Amino acid sequence: MAALEVTPELVRATAALARLELTDAELPGMVAQLQRILDHVSVLEALDAEGPVEEPPAPSGALREDTPRPCLDRDEVLSQAPRSAEGFFLVPSVLEE
Amino acid sequence: MTDLTALDIASTVRAVRARALGPTELVRAFLARVESQDPGLGAFLRVDAEGALATARALESRDDLDALPLAGVVLAVKDCLCTRGLRTTCGSRMLERWVPPYDAHVVARLRASGAIVLGKTNMDEFAMGSSTENSAFFPTRNPRDPSRVPGGSSGGSAVAVAARMAQGALGTDTGGSVRQPAALTGVVGFKPTYGRVSRYGLVAFASSLDVVSPFGGSVGDVAAVYEAIAGHDPRDGTSASLPVEPVLLPEGPEVLRGLRVGVPREYFSEGLDDVVRARVESALDALQRAGAVLVPLSMPHTRYAVAAYYVLATAEASANLARYDGVRYGLRVEGRHLKDLYGATRDRGFGPEVKRRILLGTFALSAGYQQAFYGRAQRARAHLREDFRQTFAQVDVVATPTSPTVAFPLGQRVDDPVAMYQADVCTLPASLAGVPALSLPVGESPSGLPVGLQLLAPHFAEARLLRVARGVEALGLR
Repeated sequence: MAALEVTPELVRATAALARLELTDAELPGMVAQLQRILDHVSVLEALDAEGPVEEPPAPSGALREDTPRPCLDRDEVLSQAPRSAEGFFLVPSVLEE
Repeated sequence: MTDLTALDIASTVRAVRARALGPTELVRAFLARVESQDPGLGAFLRVDAEGALATARALESRDDLDALPLAGVVLAVKDCLCTRGLRTTCGSRMLERWVPPYDAHVVARLRASGAIVLGKTNMDEFAMGSSTENSAFFPTRNPRDPSRVPGGSSGGSAVAVAARMAQGALGTDTGGSVRQPAALTGVVGFKPTYGRVSRYGLVAFASSLDVVSPFGGSVGDVAAVYEAIAGHDPRDGTSASLPVEPVLLPEGPEVLRGLRVGVPREYFSEGLDDVVRARVESALDALQRAGAVLVPLSMPHTRYAVAAYYVLATAEASANLARYDGVRYGLRVEGRHLKDLYGATRDRGFGPEVKRRILLGTFALSAGYQQAFYGRAQRARAHLREDFRQTFAQVDVVATPTSPTVAFPLGQRVDDPVAMYQADVCTLPASLAGVPALSLPVGESPSGLPVGLQLLAPHFAEARLLRVARGVEALGLR
């Protein structure tokens, strides 16, 4: 991974996965900075083979009974939505994509 | 006349209960202090004068003040913690106009304890940063030298306390975001054990690391706020259902006698500023003179912490920040198709550091690279946990510098993310291991910039950590 070269194509492909639009002006800086960060991160290579493995925490028994209970007020929640109508969030048409 | 803004929390509560001090009078004193100090510092994103005065008046008509552990105490809250009816922006254009429909658990606990929320404090956008320069609105400045940063990401809360614009404050500590600004501004910052404090209503950054954490002017003040917010909350699945041990702080340094204090050599390596080294070493000498036993030791995986953290935290952030899609809340930039709406909204709403971290995290989790980056970082984290397990088998607490440098000038590191990430080199291991950690001031540089000592304890040993910290504070090193 030390040899990994960060290219504009790699950054564009990753940005697409993250639904981030990057302008042409932003791209070169991002390529250089990600390269620097990944070069730094390559120190982890030394840890490859053995040693303990991180385990997810034990289940905390956090599940509750699935019974009805009060929730947030719908109008208050929808008042924060950029666009809503009749109790729904509004988005552009998705079926023509 | 007494300066009310100089009162500590215990004296305030006593005076309010005795009706010798009216909460309204106290709030007015802090509003005046904010008005005179904050224009040059930028600690607050928003001051809720009306809400604070209304809470104060309501307290004055109550007859159960003895049941309120923080009766009348004036606090500031970092702007990533939800406050019902009061905008909560996370320092981001994305949430610039968002008004939460509920209070975070910790905010509700503060209110129920009789505290008064004065306002919301500035922060690096989505808590991503170590200087509070990544706020989308304005940077916060260090009261000791306004040409320097206060640290971050909870820089606004640190400065609110350091400049006596609040008696205490809540921040959040993911990789050092409370301890490092506490060190750089000369106050106390305390990150409890992961799981000790509910994150319900905290806007998530890195869910395996985020801990709501108090600032105060003294160990007693952070302990008082900690006791009000700690404990189980069924609304946070990672909240520990363990009882919270009461914190009984000693008056003097006797608690240090016979205490075994681990001093890991990796924290004193070449990146440490001379002045920080000198102040921390003289603090350790003072501990020894007070009867503590210093135990030199090695935590060999410390060197992997920065790399592991910046892979794991960004991976988690890339998932947590996927929710900002312009549909349910926050900013929306219209697009012809849903995909265009997502892209345009996220492009406009997120600043450069947030984009950089989302990209890094997305990359670290992407097909073909996941094992090399995320997998290895998880392994490093397991090693770091093991370092702490072995260390706490030998010693009661660990002592290290909090920050490798004193406060640095604004603008110095903004274009160099790797240099900025080094600011957290001493605080990241405790975050990755999940252990409690506290920073307290132990002196200053010749030019008056504070230096912090970091103390670490085993999981859920907060009461021990706070007692020891009080013992160190009683040595009078600041």
